[in-house]
Amino acid sequence: MVEILVFLGSILTITLRAGTSLIYGTIGEIYTERTGILNLGVEGMMLCSAVVAFAVAYYSENLWLALLAAGLTGGTLALIHAFLTVTMRANQVVSGLSITLFGTGLASFLGERLGPESNNRSLVGLIGPRFHPLELPGMSSIPLVGALFRQDILTYALFVLVPLAWAYLYRTRNGLNLRAVGEDPQTADAMGINVIRIRYLYTLLGGVLVGLGGAHLSLAYAPGWAENITGGRGWIVIALVIFAMWNPLRAVFGAILFGGINAVQFRLQASGTTIPSAYLNMLPYLATIVVLVIMTWWEALSHRVGAPAALGRPYMREEK
Amino acid sequence: MKLVLRKRENISRRAAVLVPMISFVVALLFGAILLAVSGANPWVTYAAMFGGAFGSLYGLSEVLVKTTPLLLTALGVTLAFKMRFWNIGAEGQLTMGAVAATGVALYWARDLPGWTLLPLAIVAGCLAGALWAGGPAILKATLNVDETLTTLMLNYVAVLYSEHLYYVAWRAEGYNSGTERIPQVAWLPRLFGRAHAGLLIGLALAVVLWLVFRYTRWGFELKIIGSSPTAARYLGINIGRHIVMTLLISGALSGLAGASEVLGLAHRLQQGISVGYGYTAIIIAWMAQLNPLGVVFVAFVMAALLVGGDQIQMKMRLPASVGLVLQGMLLIPLLAGSIFREYALEVVKPSHGLDPDEGEAAIHG
Repeated sequence: MVEILVFLGSILTITLRAGTSLIYGTIGEIYTERTGILNLGVEGMMLCSAVVAFAVAYYSENLWLALLAAGLTGGTLALIHAFLTVTMRANQVVSGLSITLFGTGLASFLGERLGPESNNRSLVGLIGPRFHPLELPGMSSIPLVGALFRQDILTYALFVLVPLAWAYLYRTRNGLNLRAVGEDPQTADAMGINVIRIRYLYTLLGGVLVGLGGAHLSLAYAPGWAENITGGRGWIVIALVIFAMWNPLRAVFGAILFGGINAVQFRLQASGTTIPSAYLNMLPYLATIVVLVIMTWWEALSHRVGAPAALGRPYMREEK
Repeated sequence: MKLVLRKRENISRRAAVLVPMISFVVALLFGAILLAVSGANPWVTYAAMFGGAFGSLYGLSEVLVKTTPLLLTALGVTLAFKMRFWNIGAEGQLTMGAVAATGVALYWARDLPGWTLLPLAIVAGCLAGALWAGGPAILKATLNVDETLTTLMLNYVAVLYSEHLYYVAWRAEGYNSGTERIPQVAWLPRLFGRAHAGLLIGLALAVVLWLVFRYTRWGFELKIIGSSPTAARYLGINIGRHIVMTLLISGALSGLAGASEVLGLAHRLQQGISVGYGYTAIIIAWMAQLNPLGVVFVAFVMAALLVGGDQIQMKMRLPASVGLVLQGMLLIPLLAGSIFREYALEVVKPSHGLDPDEGEAAIHG
């Protein structure tokens, strides 16, 4: 019995660690999409901020500076998306894809160019400072629940961020305004809300949060830089937004589901299973498809619409 | 005084040509800054890239080698994008095409006469690609499941599956990775250097697709669905059926790209089959503004960027990803500029008695 609890506890610990970057990303993307802007650039933003975070941490040995740099990187790329889609009214899908393609290329370039001369200018394989898990004495030894208290500081920050993100969205004037912009920009505009400003603002905020998610990958979860460090997490984030029905609280469940799949993968691989590792590695991607199908089906059956009504549509004042 | 965007009555043809060209220049400028900041001489780098791609017959044949999969996948993507079905799974469809072609050439058609291998392998590649795109298409047509995510997720699945095959299940004895070489009867003929007949197939299909878009009812209906699904429904167009049919063909084109990589170039399934052609295809399709003949030209330019990137990696020890950064950078100014196809920028002086609020969404100057 005790062993099972210890085992489950260790799975839960890994689950939360693996899910952290997903929660940052999902909450960021929820805020962006809630204003009606679909940003498919998450994967590229995550990769770029992961590489920048690691490079800054490596040279400055200052993890906080690295976090700041990662947030700025994610935010800058998100601003490009906002400029293209809000001001220049470009197609949101193509604009987001272009951010991902550009971000992937740029991250790969930076990873091969920002490193020290001694490592052939590459960042791959270097060891830098990282966020270590901090065990809260007493709390971390509680069976099962203890898993919550064997985390790094970025995961602990989520204990505050998630409820805050929910309360801001549903319980404040600003939250109401931003949701109004995503549901019906014409009416919001008529009520005196600055649609353009709000869309820029929360696309930027979304980018900063996605950037922090990227930083968690290269500074805590898989410390260091490797070409494909995200492994599609940016795309899983987009699916998790749908899974969460655009609600920051539910983002936690999605992240736990996918973090859990990662944890089970690890465990099975470590136990020397006969299942080929390629098939295990497919799990998160197949699970994403299954989750999408179930969510879409369920929404259709229960006549619920989770997506903001104006999601993906440019706002043109003169063409009412 | 302020700058105002005013809707044009007709789409500007001049902007349609100028914007992609300006985008190319902007991307090169951005790349130059990035190179300079990272301590490389942009002029020397670009000259080396250009020389590497066009300075020799070998370079040119390598450009054509890379043009082939880019052209085929970009045609597939173009077809799907025409109806605004966001198939971003060309990479996986290509990979599955390569897997199926290898399977036929090595294992599944052993007892058949040798001359059947090449056509069967090509057909198998097309079918596998079609299957890989058909799944998301059916999910979209029946349940309205978001296709960007399903097509993309299947890329990871396909690449992992192919890795499993060439690292484990189909690995040739005595090698760390890669399958046995496929029999020579199943090879696509070479043109010159390493360039192979897959390129000719791609060029022919580009022309066919251009004719289809221009002269057939099907092509017309795709455009209607893309520009206005509501109008398409009023016209009695069966959107679901179109989605599935079109995506089967879209996937088949990418599958063909994968098959031709195996049959014409690598002659085995190995690492390096999925190197991102399916993603570059998205950039190509959009740069070419979904015109199949434009796709041919843009695919060639993109192939040159990739070959140039490989060359500077070998000669100057600069990362080959310079080519990827430049490609990724292309779409950003392109998207920013696309607005000028439909809108004209005008200077408005409020003192002229014009209502300054008219034609809003202004860029304040």
